[in-house]
Amino acid sequence: MERLPSLGKKGTIYAAALFFTCFSAFPFFWMLITAFKRDHDLFNPENNPFLFNEPATLEHLRLLFEQTLFMKYVVNTLVVGGAVVLITLVIAIPAAYSLARLAGRWGESLGIGIFLTYLVPPTLLFIPLSRIISMFNLGESLWSLILVYPTFTIPFCTWLLMGFFKSIPRDLEEQALIDGCTRIGAMVKVVLPLSTSGLLTVVVFAFTLSMQEFIYALAFISVSAHKTVSIGVPTELVRGDVFRWGPLMAAALISSVPVAVVYSLFLDRFIAGLTMGAIK
Amino acid sequence: MERVERTPAFSLGYVWERERFLAAVMIAPAALYTIALVGFPFVLAILYSLSDATTGDPTVRFVGLRTYGFLLQDPVFLKALQNTFVFTFASQILVLVLAKILALVLMEDFPGRRLVRFLILLPWTAPISLSVIGWLWIFDSVFSPLDWLARSLGLLGRPEALLGPEQNLYWLGRPFLAMASVVLVQTWRILPLATVILLAGLTAIPRDILDAAQVDGAGFWRRLFQVIMPLLLPVMSIAFLFGFVFTFTDMTVVYVLTRGGPINSTQVLASWAFFKGIEAGDLAQGAAIAFFLFPALAGLSALVLLLARRAEVS
Repeated sequence: MERLPSLGKKGTIYAAALFFTCFSAFPFFWMLITAFKRDHDLFNPENNPFLFNEPATLEHLRLLFEQTLFMKYVVNTLVVGGAVVLITLVIAIPAAYSLARLAGRWGESLGIGIFLTYLVPPTLLFIPLSRIISMFNLGESLWSLILVYPTFTIPFCTWLLMGFFKSIPRDLEEQALIDGCTRIGAMVKVVLPLSTSGLLTVVVFAFTLSMQEFIYALAFISVSAHKTVSIGVPTELVRGDVFRWGPLMAAALISSVPVAVVYSLFLDRFIAGLTMGAIK
Repeated sequence: MERVERTPAFSLGYVWERERFLAAVMIAPAALYTIALVGFPFVLAILYSLSDATTGDPTVRFVGLRTYGFLLQDPVFLKALQNTFVFTFASQILVLVLAKILALVLMEDFPGRRLVRFLILLPWTAPISLSVIGWLWIFDSVFSPLDWLARSLGLLGRPEALLGPEQNLYWLGRPFLAMASVVLVQTWRILPLATVILLAGLTAIPRDILDAAQVDGAGFWRRLFQVIMPLLLPVMSIAFLFGFVFTFTDMTVVYVLTRGGPINSTQVLASWAFFKGIEAGDLAQGAAIAFFLFPALAGLSALVLLLARRAEVS
């Protein structure tokens, strides 16, 4: 581990940590303040915007939950996320197992090939996909997202799981095979129970990646009641010239923090997946 | 294969055949899904870009490279192409410099480190479209806290003030400031990702190499530039590559903050493809605009493959 110069070292580190923390967290701090401020306080350019010049209020939260479709967006997001997680698991587990154990030498190249499809950006595909969606009459429906999101969760999760499966000693399965298990039996009874943390990681990523997705949702869905949080909040709570900043900031904060907490816990594995092979 | 030889309970040929077959069956769903919803749309995008299809009339009638020719004469497209490079390189250079510093800071142990880490990761872990809404409010034309700060420091809002006599800076209303704003927000967004990748690389540098350098009398800066930087180069290029992909092809920050305005001064290829292809329904033009993203991406993929292979060898 490298150390910074010792001259004023502690001070330098604290100052830098403080600076970066403020930079990174400021928008969220701003959401928090705005969510509890009265409109009268909020919309006065003379007021110090960093302080509560009038007592705090829960009015924006009440508005958000009672007069907007926010809860509907949350439910839609959970439905899409849950379905995407299921599809991803069903497809990625066998694929990853096959690549890690059965496919031999071409498994490695195929694995890298699958990972590369994760890098094909939505912006290259949203135009043809929007046509395909409307050909199947899935436009404006949550099904369009459930169908399309696995295109980026499957590659990434297959790649992650492949790494997990490879780290499990082969001997354990071979023992099961000798004892009369089939390949699939050995996978289900021996490998999967040992990969619980890998499977959990995959569930978390399939869910957070689909919850954060913005471009496909924006391209496929324009009916308010079918929107997810990531497009519903930015497009529906900002209408015309009327910005309901209070409820808007409350919605953004409420939906980001839980995702951020879970994601942070698993971030190291996300990075390990992205850089697998490059850092040893 | 050796595995099979070690378990004589199986007939060798039978198991070999069966495992090859099983491997193919297990990988088929993933392969089919990818072919149907990534490969096929990709080909369709090429066809659209060579046709005159619109959402009103989606039949593919080939017109050759006409759409590409038209784009290269279109000032808005050229502006978007230029903006995409400015947006990407400005933000990614900032990211690399800041991430290097931040990673060195996070290597240190200090009280509250876990909370600091959580807060620093927020821009990457929170859903992007929601956090950018926070920035939209920060850059508000009348109630921006940045403007308020500048006003109270006397930098703004007085006849002789440094930033001008007006009450507000209009962050998203002036071409230069709007570009600076989207670059700032993109930097903010990618910084945690690059930092964590660099941290992983820093922790992987063997302690004794650094100790040896120190014993040999190398100071902090010398160790930083002559020992750490060269060792960190592969990791830095990985951080740059991912930052590049996630910036070059994204439109979320631009869409939420400026919609490409004012007067297309922050329009990027991705957002312009969206406005043309989805909102205006010109499939051919949208697909062709998006395709200009492809050469850079293909080059990048080749690089990733190269790095992966090199790591495999070593």
